[in-house]
Amino acid sequence: MLDTIFIGLSVGSILLLVALGLAITYGAMGVINMAHGEMVMIGAYTTVMAAIWLHLGIIWAIPLAFFVTALLGLLIEKFVVRQLYGRLMDTLLATWGIAILLQQAVRLEFGLSFFGLHIAGLGPGLQNVTVPAFLQGTVTIGTAQINSYRLFIIAVTIVMTLLTWFIMHRTSIGMKVRAIIRNPKMAAACGIDVQRVNALTFAFGSGLAGVAGVMMSGFKTVFPDMGTPMVVDGFLVVVVGGVGSLVGSILSAGILGQVDGAVAAVWNDVIARAVVFGFVILTIVIKPEGLFSYKGRR
Amino acid sequence: MLLNRRKMLAGSAATLAAPYFFTRTAVAAGPIKVGVLFSLTGGLSIIEKSLRDATMLGIAEVNASGGVKGQQIEAIIEDAASDPKTYNEKASKLVIQDKCVSVFGSYTSASRKAVLPVFEKRNSLYIYPTFYEGFECSKNVIYTNAVPNQQLSNFVPWVMKTLGKKKFFIVGSNYVFPREMAKVEKILIKQNGGEFVADEYLELGDSEWGSMVNKIKSSGCDAVISNVVGDSIVAFYREFKNQGLSQDKIPICATVTSEIEIAAMGAEYAAGSFSSMPYFQAIDTDANKSFIERYRKFVNDPKAVTQSPLQSAYMGVFLWKQAAEKAAELAPIAIRDAFKGQEMDAPIGHVKIEPENLHTWLIPRIAQWQSDGQGKIVDQYSAPLMPLPYVAYGETETNLFCTSKGLDANKLKT
Repeated sequence: MLDTIFIGLSVGSILLLVALGLAITYGAMGVINMAHGEMVMIGAYTTVMAAIWLHLGIIWAIPLAFFVTALLGLLIEKFVVRQLYGRLMDTLLATWGIAILLQQAVRLEFGLSFFGLHIAGLGPGLQNVTVPAFLQGTVTIGTAQINSYRLFIIAVTIVMTLLTWFIMHRTSIGMKVRAIIRNPKMAAACGIDVQRVNALTFAFGSGLAGVAGVMMSGFKTVFPDMGTPMVVDGFLVVVVGGVGSLVGSILSAGILGQVDGAVAAVWNDVIARAVVFGFVILTIVIKPEGLFSYKGRR
Repeated sequence: MLLNRRKMLAGSAATLAAPYFFTRTAVAAGPIKVGVLFSLTGGLSIIEKSLRDATMLGIAEVNASGGVKGQQIEAIIEDAASDPKTYNEKASKLVIQDKCVSVFGSYTSASRKAVLPVFEKRNSLYIYPTFYEGFECSKNVIYTNAVPNQQLSNFVPWVMKTLGKKKFFIVGSNYVFPREMAKVEKILIKQNGGEFVADEYLELGDSEWGSMVNKIKSSGCDAVISNVVGDSIVAFYREFKNQGLSQDKIPICATVTSEIEIAAMGAEYAAGSFSSMPYFQAIDTDANKSFIERYRKFVNDPKAVTQSPLQSAYMGVFLWKQAAEKAAELAPIAIRDAFKGQEMDAPIGHVKIEPENLHTWLIPRIAQWQSDGQGKIVDQYSAPLMPLPYVAYGETETNLFCTSKGLDANKLKT
């Protein structure tokens, strides 16, 4: 019983890790970033490359991946997303194209594989990430044997969520972001540099995805396609939780995680996935703005 | 002579047609064209690129030793981009446009099924190097790797007798190959007096194994049979160890896990588990060691791993060469008929093409994975085993469903 609850918690924490960045970019900017999953993938590959080329472990890879993906997010925002503000379908298509570009760049090792050159850590194959010994194995809590690495992921998720909440609600830039979420035109009229704040928001959201990628690399398989299913899960969480609401994302991740874990324990994972989708559809039909949305003007 | 319109037309038609008759003979004396059809880009390229390399190594070695009766082989390589539709298009191009005499290709069953119509309609020949689920009896395909009975009729009895396991948890990826393997496994488990406590599936590519491993823990099984395919394998073995299960008490007995997945997951997660395949890189013969060396030199990667479909792709070229030399003419069907009964000593050992169903007699082996990422062969048959693609439906060596006359559909219904 405890095992099932823990699995649900763990699945939820992974969903939240991926969805946190998405909640911010989608909530703040209304940008559907289909390349978010690829940011996770880049974070995972940063871990692989850092281990091979810089001999850094997973812990050090976290800030490294954050900066790498934040930088990448900044570039994407500047060159693609900024040109398409207000055009929802076009950003969707454009970011989907970027996602494919990033996938193939990794798979083809930035084109070098055509010339017979290989970069260790890239390529179409499965990559290996060594998890430090203290994170392997299990920890016994009560009657259940809890996997240490999953506990670590939950811990990192909590830290990231608190960090995000702190930035959003206790700093001036967070206030600016919230103002832009409420009403971007009014925020601009109040003297907020909307373009700059949006760029930083996008970068922060991508950075969070990068950290998620580092966590994924430790227990999921690292390969170029790993990001695509994650962006779907991320959007499920954001849509159910309510656009722009951090609390909504946290709670919906928790709910979806528990539903998935519980159904999978009773039946099997295939049906669990179907039930989760059914739950999402129900929520959207009954409450289209999501579970915890604000009353704002866009 | 008076040129009238009729004579003019006849004369010019003959003049225009003449070169066709002359160049016909010129084409026949050139190199023999074969197709090499694998995914060089896309999700499947990681495995299929190495299959292309192994095939090209085989072709290079055959050419170096004189080719087929003195004629060199020219390989036309096409990229199928991990997409069955592209497989079909490229296969058509190779067979119809390039007039290839045979084609080597495919890894997934989906791609093989996609190209089958091309080869059957055009009466050409396809050499397929991957182990698959059986249940196929095409007269235009040579299957150079295992069918379920060659991976399982040694595996299940050995696990039950030597390891003493009785309760099996069958887990696989959710598509045709693992489901057909599970059918054969259930038959064999029952035959040997064991029981299966579960038969579960996870979507291809899904890497969230928390609930499934939890189920394995609480099922009371003493061994897991894994038909999991692809990148899910890595997440599965990792989750298994991370949830505290040990390979000593509940070993994972896999039919697909190979050297490639072991390298990706880290050898410590698989140490102690078992796989059943005819070929392992660890086969300790001079022929195999030399093959691995030559392959590594060919691809310029001293750490390259070899695995079952790779070896089959390589040996398929040599079996093809033998068939082509014996064939009455260099045409697909003649070569196919000459394939029947072909034998050779490949890196895997002695193999033979079964005349009735065009599959390959292979030596079944079981290996236990060690902490260095290599398998240690713990069991192998002394002689190759006959392939039975319909064993899940009752086929036996004395009652063949797939013969040289084709598939006996009546037997399938009973």
